[in-house]
This record gives sequence, structure tokens and C-alpha cells, in this order.
Amino acid sequence: MRVYHSVLKLRLLMGMQYRAAAIAGVATQFFWGFIIIMVFQAFYENAVTTPPISLKEIITYIWLQQAFLVFVTIWFRDNELFDLITSGNIAYELCRPCELYGFWYAKLLAQRLSSALLRCFPILIVAFFLPKPYDMTLPPSFTAFILFISSLILGLFLLVAVSMFMYISVFLTMSPTGSLLIFSVLGEFFAGLIIPVPLMPEWLQKIAYVLPFRWTADFPFRVYSGHIPQNDAIIGIVIQLAYILCLVWLGRLALNNILKKVVVQGG
Amino acid sequence: MSLYFKYLKILFKSQMQYRASFLLLMTGQFFIPFSVFAGLYFLFERFGQIRGWDFFEVALCFAVIHMAFAISECFARGFDMFSGMVVRGEFDRVLVRPRSTFIQVLGSKFEFTRFGRLLQSAVVLAWALGSLPLQWSPAKILTLILMITSGVLIFTGIFILQATMCFWTVQGLEVANIFTDGGREMAQYPLNIYQKWVARFFTYVIPFGTVNYLPLMYLLGKNNGNDLLYMLIPALGSLFILPCVLFWQLGVRHYRSTGS
Amino acid sequence: MIQLQGINKSYKVAKRQTGLKQAAKALFYREHTTIEALKDVTFEITQGEIVGYIGPNGAGKSTTIKIMSGILVPDTGTCTIMGYTPWKDRAAYVKNIGVVFGHRSQLWWDVPVIDSFELLKDIYKIPQQDYQTTKNLLIETLELQEIINSPVRQLSLGQRMRCEIAASLLHSPKILFLDEPTIGLDAVSKIAVRQFIKTINKEKGVTIILTTHDMNDIEALADRVILIGKGSLLYDGQLGELKKQYATQKTITADYQKNSTPLQIPGTQTLSWTPERAIITVDTDVTSTSEVITQLSNIVELKDVAIEAQPIEDIIIQLYKEYQI
Repeated sequence: MRVYHSVLKLRLLMGMQYRAAAIAGVATQFFWGFIIIMVFQAFYENAVTTPPISLKEIITYIWLQQAFLVFVTIWFRDNELFDLITSGNIAYELCRPCELYGFWYAKLLAQRLSSALLRCFPILIVAFFLPKPYDMTLPPSFTAFILFISSLILGLFLLVAVSMFMYISVFLTMSPTGSLLIFSVLGEFFAGLIIPVPLMPEWLQKIAYVLPFRWTADFPFRVYSGHIPQNDAIIGIVIQLAYILCLVWLGRLALNNILKKVVVQGG
Repeated sequence: MSLYFKYLKILFKSQMQYRASFLLLMTGQFFIPFSVFAGLYFLFERFGQIRGWDFFEVALCFAVIHMAFAISECFARGFDMFSGMVVRGEFDRVLVRPRSTFIQVLGSKFEFTRFGRLLQSAVVLAWALGSLPLQWSPAKILTLILMITSGVLIFTGIFILQATMCFWTVQGLEVANIFTDGGREMAQYPLNIYQKWVARFFTYVIPFGTVNYLPLMYLLGKNNGNDLLYMLIPALGSLFILPCVLFWQLGVRHYRSTGS
Repeated sequence: MIQLQGINKSYKVAKRQTGLKQAAKALFYREHTTIEALKDVTFEITQGEIVGYIGPNGAGKSTTIKIMSGILVPDTGTCTIMGYTPWKDRAAYVKNIGVVFGHRSQLWWDVPVIDSFELLKDIYKIPQQDYQTTKNLLIETLELQEIINSPVRQLSLGQRMRCEIAASLLHSPKILFLDEPTIGLDAVSKIAVRQFIKTINKEKGVTIILTTHDMNDIEALADRVILIGKGSLLYDGQLGELKKQYATQKTITADYQKNSTPLQIPGTQTLSWTPERAIITVDTDVTSTSEVITQLSNIVELKDVAIEAQPIEDIIIQLYKEYQI
């Protein structure tokens, strides 16, 4: 826990130092947000049938996506860990007196959280005060808000658990390129980053609902706007929990197994 | 120019040293815009059209922009990756060689993996052209080529601007993504689907509109007269690169007085 | 050949604060300080010289090198090298110089060294015939035959440095700037590099300006040293003069028959003393070594005496201390 705390503090400090980078990042995300919203606006204008999610809900969805981008993008990665694995310096890491899975998990979690903390507030605040129709709306009820916060935090835990598999796979491939590619292309698509999950064709939605990716971002964002009703949200949170437990257990098992082999091979 | 090809040769040789990773990255470059295109396809499946443009018309626009982007990212990568060159102090080396800084930076890096993206957009282009009821004429073929060339020059111009910023600060360069990645994502739809201010900005300041909207109207027969103007407008847009190159020269001068 | 007259250069640097609060403050406002990197630097170098340019980190060495190689424009002052002003006629001027940055490579990392050479031939527009002769000569004298066809990433540091030096000499420059050419090299490679630098200076009359932290480089190569500290020139003259002027200490190690009284000789300092051995330093401004030895032999029965001059390293440290740099 202390490790986690100091990594978080260090990251925040570093983020502050690079003021221009922070401002530039926020500006970029605003631009993206605007562009995507305008595209949807144009699509919705002459829609023949009523789409399964309203434009207002889409706009909120997109601003949340921009604010919590690091909760969606798997490619937000720690190259240090990749280097550690591919260079064989992992041996030093094994000398540390704590369990590797937990340590890495905490590190990755801290990185994403600090990055999100630096960026989400300016984006969210401005997004609320934008002129209509670009403005973000408040959640329909306080309960929805609480459900959103819980599902967002669980989503982050889940995403880190998923991304751990990317690092674990590098032990086998010894090059992060391939794993990164698969995880980011598939992961981001099924997390609703390219088009929101409700706008996908039925058959694709079915696939998205089975995979863990959409539970990290798509789910909490729609809980916020009330597109997912509260009862379903509670069920969803249980599913998130189940996913986290399952993936952490599997990841830990896989990592420990691989580490055993690494030790036997002598690095 | 012959020096440029020499650079091309040596860097291609370098990249071929890592064949496996090269192929993987190229595959990635094929699939990343592919998923974006898939998203576009699914949106059209649901909505049918966007402000009067149908799927294949937008696909044509998509292909032209992505093609231009892939080419400039491959050949002007030296400017795109310039911040690293400044940080590592390698720009000093450029200055002690008796050639223009422009060609040396241009030749410092090529990203051949972008052929994956190029291939992807070529497939989309072929599909769109095959499915659109177009009446081909030499003028239209010329326009299409002009569109792509001009797109390449505009993206390269933005890369140069981004690189020039490095002479003042290497922080916050991310903002240039608005115009590179952002410009690409935006310009994959015809410009008139956006609000007026966006369309104006991307026509008169950064002239994507001269690549993806005006000549596209001509190609699809949507313009009212003035064929020649619509046809040649991409050439006008490609003039964008000139002030960028001037700005680059200014940046080099600044660097040499501060040496940061 | 090289003339610098009253060169001044200052930089503006942003102050960086520590702590979360300060960092947050710096988001909106940042203080700047001006650092004077060079203050009124003036010197002249004639053709065929090897000049050691020394000084602690941040003294202004690389700023001077950058100005002389046309990378940087000074605030005031003039610099004329071979009739050119480096920062004005950059492209024409740099054809005449070679630059080796010790910690940065100019070779293309993933291709054989020879490919890099070929490309440099095109960059410098070297005529084919000249290129062939120079290349062969360099390969021979630097013993590159074995490594010329390997990619740079597979070479050892010493091998790479030899290739770096060859790469900077392909276009037969008249002046060679060497910025820490022996950094990180092992003893054998260092000697090989020094040997080569000497050879090209003697045989081709190449003027060499060398910065280094290794005083052995200076001793082996440079007749003349220029010392810079905090942006100002502190010393410019022959290495021998510098030694004579500042090496006023000699160390004497004396072994003798058992003697229980400590030594007391005027003008000396005892560094260590045992009944059988003493190490003393002699200040040659006050007394001479022979005088001290005579006195020693009066007090004790000498078995063996060794005299050592102060190493150049110590002189430089002493100089740095004296100038408080």
C-alpha cells in the first residue's frame, strides 16, 4: 500500500511539472470530443429509425470517455516493465520482498489513476459549461451517480487486471509489439472507443457483452447517463466483481507459473 | 534529391534487420485504421447516410485521407519524431554537416511500417471506386492524384510545424496531434458535416477542405459548374507547406542562438 | 587559423521547483535566471596545433566548441576560422571541419560501418577517388578491416570510437574537434585513439581541439592547454609552463634504518611516518628536493629514496580550487 501511495504521489508531481503537456493533452481531448460529437450529430440528424441511445446520452458518453481515456486505452503502457521482461533484468525484481503480481498491479493502477486525476477534472468541468448541445449533463439521480462511481472504480481495477495479461504474454513472445497490437485493436473496439457499444450491430454487441473490455468503460459511462437502469447496473457491478476476481486469480496463476520457469532457466 | 534516396536506402536496410517486428508493426498499421473503418461501416449500416453522403462516398474520402496520412507518416517521419532528435542532441550533428537541415531531418527517419496503413486505404479506395457510379475521365484521375499529393503535403507541413515547436519547447507537443491524428480523423468525413467554424478552420487555416471536400464534390459530380476550379483546388491547398518550411528556417535560427 | 575575439554567450534557464505546491505554482508562473556561459573568451590557434581545452563540467567547454563548429551563434564577439565566420557560412564552412562528440554516435546503428561511410561520402560530396584513398588510409591506420562490415550495434565501445573518428575524417577536414573522445574507453583503446590523433596531426597537419576530463589525454597529446572555468578563460599556455608554475610539490618516500624520532625538516610536510619509512612532501618554492635529501641523510641512515612529481590531475584540481570553480 505504501508503494502504491508513493508511486501515485511521484506520478502526480511529475505530471504537474509538465504543465504544457497537461494543457496540451486536455486541449487535444477536447478537440477529439468535439469532432466525434459533431459526427454523431450529423448521423443523428436524418436518422430514419430511432437509435437505441439518444444523442444527449452519446454526448455525455463521449465526454466521459475523453475525461477517463486512460481507463479505456490499453496501450497506455509502462515501457519500463516491458524492458524489464525482455532484457532479463526481471531477476532483480524477483529479489524484492513482495509478490510481483501485487506490486505490478499497484504500480499500473497508480499510473492510470494519477494520469486520470490530472486530466479528468478540467475536462469534466469545462464539458459541463459548454453551450448546448455539446454540454454534458448531470446523472439523472444521486443513486445513478453512486453506481457510476463504483462501476468506474471497479472498471479501472478490471482494466489493470486485463492489461496484466499483456505484460505476462511478453514473457512468452519477448516482444511487446504483437501483444500490444492485439490488445489495443480488439480491446478498444470492444470497449466502445471507436463506436459506442449500443450503436454496434446486434451480433457484434453480443460479442462485446461476453468480453471483459466493455465492463471497463462502456458500462460505467452508460450507468452515468441512466441508459442502463439501476437494477441492471447493480447486476453489472456484480459481474464486474466476478470478472476482477477471476482475472486476477488467473493472472496471478499465470505469472507465478511463468516466473517459476524463468527461475529454472536461469533468466 | 539523390541524397534523399541514399537515406531511404540505408534506413530501409536498418529496418530490415528486425524483420519479425517490422512485419508485426505493418500488420498493426493495417488493422488499426481497419477497426476505425469497421466502425464507420457499422454506423452507416445503422444510419444509412450522413448529411446526404452515402457510405461509398465517405469511404472514398476516408481512403484519400488515410492514404495521404500513411505516405507522409512514412516519408516525413523525421519531422514527426524530431523532438527525440533535439532531446538527444543529435540536431547538433545535423548542423555540422554541409547540407540543408531540411533534407537531413527528412532523411533521418522513415517509417516503412506505414505501408500497412497504405495498403489498407488502397483496398478501401478500390472498393469505393468500384462501387461508386463514376464516369471516369483523365481530369478526374488527375484530380484524385492531386488530392492525395496535396494531402501528403498538408500532413507533412503539420509535421514540420510540430517539429519546429521543439526548438522552443519539447513539452506539450501532444497538441500537434489535434492537427495530425485529429486532422486525419476529422477529414475522413467530408468537411461539410461539421459545424461552420470547424469547416472554415480546416479550409482556410489548415486546408484539409481543399483535399477532402471541394474536389470530392467534383469527382462525384456534385458541384455546380466551375469544374476547373474544383479540380485544381488541391494544388492550392498544397501551398500550405511553404509557410511551414519558412517557419522551420526561423526555428533553426532560434536554435542556433539559444542552443537549448 | 582560428581566432576568437571577445566571445560572450548567455542562456536563460527556467528555475525548477521541488514539491507539489511549487509545482502547482509553476503551472502558471515560472522564474527565469540568466546564466553567462561564456565571458569575453579570446584566443588564437595556429595550424597544426593540438590544443587541450579543459575545465570542469558546465564551465563552457561545449558552448565554445558549438560556437566554433557553427552550431551556435554567440551574443557578441567575433570568430574567424579559416576565413569563415562559422555561424554565417555554415554549409561552406563545415566542409572543412570534423567533429566527434564522444557520447553521441554519427553512425547509423543497424547497418555495417561501411554503409555509413558511403552515405557520408554523399553527404559531403566527396569525389570517388579521394574517398577511396582516404577510406583505405583510415582503415589501415585505425585497423578497421575486421569491423568495417559489422553493424555498429555489435561493436565494442573502443571499436565504435575508432569508426567514429574515421567517419569524421572521411572528408579530410583541416580542423578536428574532439569532444571527450576517450570517454568510457578501456586503457588499450585509449592508447590506440591517442596514437592515431597524434599521427593525423603530424602527418596531415590537422589542427586538433580536444576537450576531455582525462588528464592523461592532455599529457599524451596536447602541447598547449586552455583552461576555462565559469565561462572565463583562466589559463592559456604550454602544458610544461603550467606544470612548472603550479607543480611546486614533490613527494619523497624514504626508507631507512630504525629511527624513533619523527622528522622535522623546514619546507616539508610529513604525510606519514613509521620508524622505518616516511612520506613527505616538499614545497619547491621554499626548498629544493636535493636539500631535503641531504638533510634526511643527516638524520637517518637512508636505505632507499623515491621522488615523485605531482601528477597533472592534482595540478588541475589545485587550479580548480584556486579559482574556486
